[in-house]
Amino acid sequence: MNYLLSLTIWTPIIFGLITLLINKNDCLARYFALLGSIIAFLFSLIVFFSFDSTATAMQFQEMWPWVGSLNINYHLGVDGISMPFVVLNNFITVLVILAGFKVIKHKVSLYNSMFLMMTGFISGSFCALDAILFYVFFEAMLIPMYLIIGVWGSSNRVYAAIKFFLYTLIGSLLMLVALIYLYFKSNGNFEILSYYKLPLSITAQTLIFIAFFMSFAVKVPMWPLHTWLPDAHPEAPTGGSMVLAAITLKIGGYGFLRFILPIVPDASRELAGLMVVLSLIAIVYIGLVAVVQKDMKKLVAYSSISHMGFVTLGCFLFANGTLNTWAVEGAITQMISHGFVSAAMFFCIGVMYDRVHSRNIADYGGVVNKMPVFAAFFMLFAMANSGLPGTSGFAGEFMVIMGAVETNFVAAILAGLTLILGAGYTLWMYKRVVFGDVVNSHVAEMDDVSKREFLILAILALAVIVMGVCPNIFVAKMHASVEQLLTQVTLSKI
Amino acid sequence: MIGMNHYLILSAILFAISVMGIFLNRKNIIVVLLSIELMLLAVNFNFVTFSSFLHNVAGQIFVFFTLTVAAAESAIGLAILIILFRNLRSINVRDMDQLKG
Amino acid sequence: MSSMHLYLTIILAPLVSSTLVGLFGCALGKKLSQLLCILGVLISTVCSVVVLNQVLSNGLYFDGPLYTWLTVGNQTYSVGVLIDSLTATMLTVVTSVSLMVHIYTIGYMAGEDGYTRFFSYISLFTFMMIMLVMSNNFIQLFFGWEGVGLVSYLLIGFYFKRESAIFANLKAFLINRIGDLGFLLGIGLVLAYFGTLNYAEVFAKLNEITGQTFLGTGWSVITVICLLLFVGAMGKSAQFPLHVWLPDSMEGPTPISALIHAATMVTAGIFMVARLSPMYDLSETALSFIAIVGAINALFLGLLGLIQNDIKRVVAYSTLSQLGYMAVALGCGAYSVGIFHLMTHAFFKALLFLAAGSVIVGMHHEQDMRKMGGLWKYMPITYLVTIVGNLALAGIPPFAGFFSKDMILEAAENAHHHGLFGSSFVVFCVYAAVFVTACYSFRQLFMTFHGEERFRHSHNDHHGHDDHGHHGPVEPHESPWVITVPLVLLAIPSVIIGWVAFSKFVPGDFYQNVIFNAEFFKEFTGEAMAKGELSPIAMMIHSLSSPPVYLALSGIIAAYVAHKSPAFVAAIKAIFKPVIYVMERKYFMDDLFINLLAPLGRGIGKVLWSIGDVLLIDGLIVNGSARVIGVFSKIFRRAQTGYVNSYATFMVLGILILLTFCTGLILH
Repeated sequence: MNYLLSLTIWTPIIFGLITLLINKNDCLARYFALLGSIIAFLFSLIVFFSFDSTATAMQFQEMWPWVGSLNINYHLGVDGISMPFVVLNNFITVLVILAGFKVIKHKVSLYNSMFLMMTGFISGSFCALDAILFYVFFEAMLIPMYLIIGVWGSSNRVYAAIKFFLYTLIGSLLMLVALIYLYFKSNGNFEILSYYKLPLSITAQTLIFIAFFMSFAVKVPMWPLHTWLPDAHPEAPTGGSMVLAAITLKIGGYGFLRFILPIVPDASRELAGLMVVLSLIAIVYIGLVAVVQKDMKKLVAYSSISHMGFVTLGCFLFANGTLNTWAVEGAITQMISHGFVSAAMFFCIGVMYDRVHSRNIADYGGVVNKMPVFAAFFMLFAMANSGLPGTSGFAGEFMVIMGAVETNFVAAILAGLTLILGAGYTLWMYKRVVFGDVVNSHVAEMDDVSKREFLILAILALAVIVMGVCPNIFVAKMHASVEQLLTQVTLSKI
Repeated sequence: MIGMNHYLILSAILFAISVMGIFLNRKNIIVVLLSIELMLLAVNFNFVTFSSFLHNVAGQIFVFFTLTVAAAESAIGLAILIILFRNLRSINVRDMDQLKG
Repeated sequence: MSSMHLYLTIILAPLVSSTLVGLFGCALGKKLSQLLCILGVLISTVCSVVVLNQVLSNGLYFDGPLYTWLTVGNQTYSVGVLIDSLTATMLTVVTSVSLMVHIYTIGYMAGEDGYTRFFSYISLFTFMMIMLVMSNNFIQLFFGWEGVGLVSYLLIGFYFKRESAIFANLKAFLINRIGDLGFLLGIGLVLAYFGTLNYAEVFAKLNEITGQTFLGTGWSVITVICLLLFVGAMGKSAQFPLHVWLPDSMEGPTPISALIHAATMVTAGIFMVARLSPMYDLSETALSFIAIVGAINALFLGLLGLIQNDIKRVVAYSTLSQLGYMAVALGCGAYSVGIFHLMTHAFFKALLFLAAGSVIVGMHHEQDMRKMGGLWKYMPITYLVTIVGNLALAGIPPFAGFFSKDMILEAAENAHHHGLFGSSFVVFCVYAAVFVTACYSFRQLFMTFHGEERFRHSHNDHHGHDDHGHHGPVEPHESPWVITVPLVLLAIPSVIIGWVAFSKFVPGDFYQNVIFNAEFFKEFTGEAMAKGELSPIAMMIHSLSSPPVYLALSGIIAAYVAHKSPAFVAAIKAIFKPVIYVMERKYFMDDLFINLLAPLGRGIGKVLWSIGDVLLIDGLIVNGSARVIGVFSKIFRRAQTGYVNSYATFMVLGILILLTFCTGLILH
């Protein structure tokens, strides 16, 4: 079937638009949105299972002329690098819609519609093979997220929403400049894949690198362009945080793999040292910053930055001009795993927030006495967040560290510090929030997870464990594409 | 002999007066409207002048268009003025600074 | 049943029972839960014994993959099973001690909250430990390694309402993580240089790697790898200075102190080094490092056992000391002897812990030895097995500990002859530690079971274990059969396992091609064998004319003297006051971590956050640029008067300027 990607992208968008109209009946809107997300997820599952992991070419390609005069096409296709994210994205959206079921009480249809449309846009940007199409999807997804933070956020939401919007917009405008430059360089062509073979001078490559870097480093986010994230997360509603952490950050990492490395390999090699340093700062500096956070969501936001540091680290571990297979596959694995784990962490915090209406660690203590089932799940996710083997959190970190040892031992030591720091900030928070005696009357009134919450937690727990016990399910899909990427990066384009 | 230049100069003087009327007027918004009418008049004067000296009737036809539009415009302008007055209880230009940054 | 199924059963039985009880513990009820868990471990135990029997009878060796965990490049990394004599030994020790602990738990945990949770945890632990032991590659080893760490974390914090418990479990996890960092880097280096993580493949390549140096430094790769891996072992096996978590881990319930923090988990590091003996054997630097660290553990941490008053902490420090002995054995190239001591220690230390637990139960959850005394009348079985355990610990022939410890002393002396760096220090430490071991173990015995019945004094400063709501004088009682039966069952191997298993371990035929003892140790055993000195009987006879036994006996006598005359103790304490102070502060190692490193980390984090993030990036750059724009727009807004006529003026002026400019251009 040739329209599979279009179906995956447009089903949620169309469902989202229809949901927008169901503004009289909240219940119907919720179930309708859930239906839409599930259908989209099923489509993405078909993509996952019918994906040919031995092929190096783009699969499920679709090509329609869009703006003929400028040679812009509606060109879709996935390879082993983008495909997992499409699935992850649709998977998380189902859970996010479900997570907002009881919690969101005003503007229900708008809320659900925003998430559905965002899913479509995100899938679109993962599938797009035309630069302008990518750019349109890339920018379009800002709008729903802006609204989600701005409308359903907590007290300081406007500041956070604007900060989020401006940060990401400024970065992406530079990317647009780079894309237009590439368009003229390639004689009027917006095909991303055609840029891979485009010869570019080292100056041009460096400039393009910086332009792309500004766009994707903000998304990832990399130190020092990260401060929007710890502001956006605490203000966003639970669902918003889940999507933000689990998926939108991944577009940054994906951008590094899809654009920067293959289009400007020489500049990537030149600047790899800088990138490694920035990644290590993200891992260590942000890890230390996370330890002292008083706000749970801020803490997890910082831990996200620290974990994403592994992604950028893995993308830029060059040795003798070639990238390391362990590191690149580890980076992708880390992104998928972080999708599960961060979504779960934010959901757990959301569950507690719904009961106590506070994100402050100091307002909690002894939650386990009142919510034993929840505490067990939270324990699992906390362990996954600190990278325990057997959970998904381990696989990615392990692979990147293995790659780092092979290429740059000092980087490996510093990256390995996350073993201590990650456990430190996560478990220290867990200790203060969950363990101990009941500290106040709010905690005393907490009741254990509802069936709906249990379902979400159980699904996420299953994902985390399955990926930890057998990461090969995911990793096997990406070998061919990563292999191709690596050869691509080895070639010089000057 | 009165040539085309004289007409054009007169028209330019009329236009300059109207522009100055808008620039320097600080009091009454009706004066602004009048200045606009005067401006259109100056333009019409140009049309007619060129039409007669160049023997092209199109200029005179255009004057009719302009007059019609001017009439409509002044009608709308007065209507806005009335509404403004209802809301602000004044037609003083000084009071109309809602665009102030 | 094919052999693969047998191995899978060993692995999965505890996992299944743990998962079932963990998920449905409430629905199953206490009786069914405990039955399920015990059944799971029993199955594992029986299968392990079957495997051990096969290994013993026909030298079974099996190395095969279970499923593919990861594929990277052309390499496949599988979860697999390795069965050989070492695995079989460890499996049997782990599952049998675990089984005893499971049974014991019924009695010890009766009536506690979280009864089924506890069972689920210890079954999970058994599974993780089995994974660790049976693994044929480094990834799986690390999985088991961290997995047992997780369960240890959960169990130390079992009484999650107690501040000290949840502090101790966090501390244990973090300190272990420091070790794991080294371990992971070691695994990374193995991968980088060997290109594989499978033991057998790594060992096959050892010769190629031996000569290589590490990244332009002069160090041999093998040494670096060995040292990094041993850092992991230092965390898990509580070697100085990463030992600080172990005494605190006594916050957990006693059965797990016996199982995890004495018999099995903490010996994982020892097991790992023995498993990798072909690699360690190539690096004398690493060996000497291990031996020195072990010697520090054996003597100096053993000394701390002398000043403890908590019955469990005495045993905990003795565990540290014994782990030091095992490390010394490894460091002296006598890996099989290390494993031998690991095994004997597993039995008698589990016994001692469980006996201590029995005392605690009998005393209604009182752990302070100063409030005990004279218990032998009330708890005869516990008393007897404690004597057995302590004799084994002190190394009195013919108890189990004697043989393994004596061999370690021999190995240390042999290493000294061989000229291992630092071996004179090692020899001194291990000999001195014999005296110390006997002294603290019998001090504990005398304080607990003999002398005045101090529990008769009412004590209101009730601290320690879970509160039974019991105040005032207690009436000690012997524990129920579910507690005493495991004690007796553990006492049997504590007596006999030494001479029964001696011949398997020391000449080491049983471990041929599995554990590669150092050449100089093999020479030594070969000579001794030829002279007929290496048999249990010969060793016992020989011991009568050599110092260790007399050292141990004098330790016992010293403990007795101290017990009988407190004035003597007070006098010694007065003389060595500064030393005692340093010991009471645990050589300041706790302070290093708790009062120096942890606040340092938090402090740096706070500074980075408040100055780096909030002030510089957010304050200066992000909000700063917004503020700059704000300032400029404040200036420019003055131009916006709001009057239409001024706009019109500017517009016309602008047109004029443009026109002038354009005409100027045209004319030009």
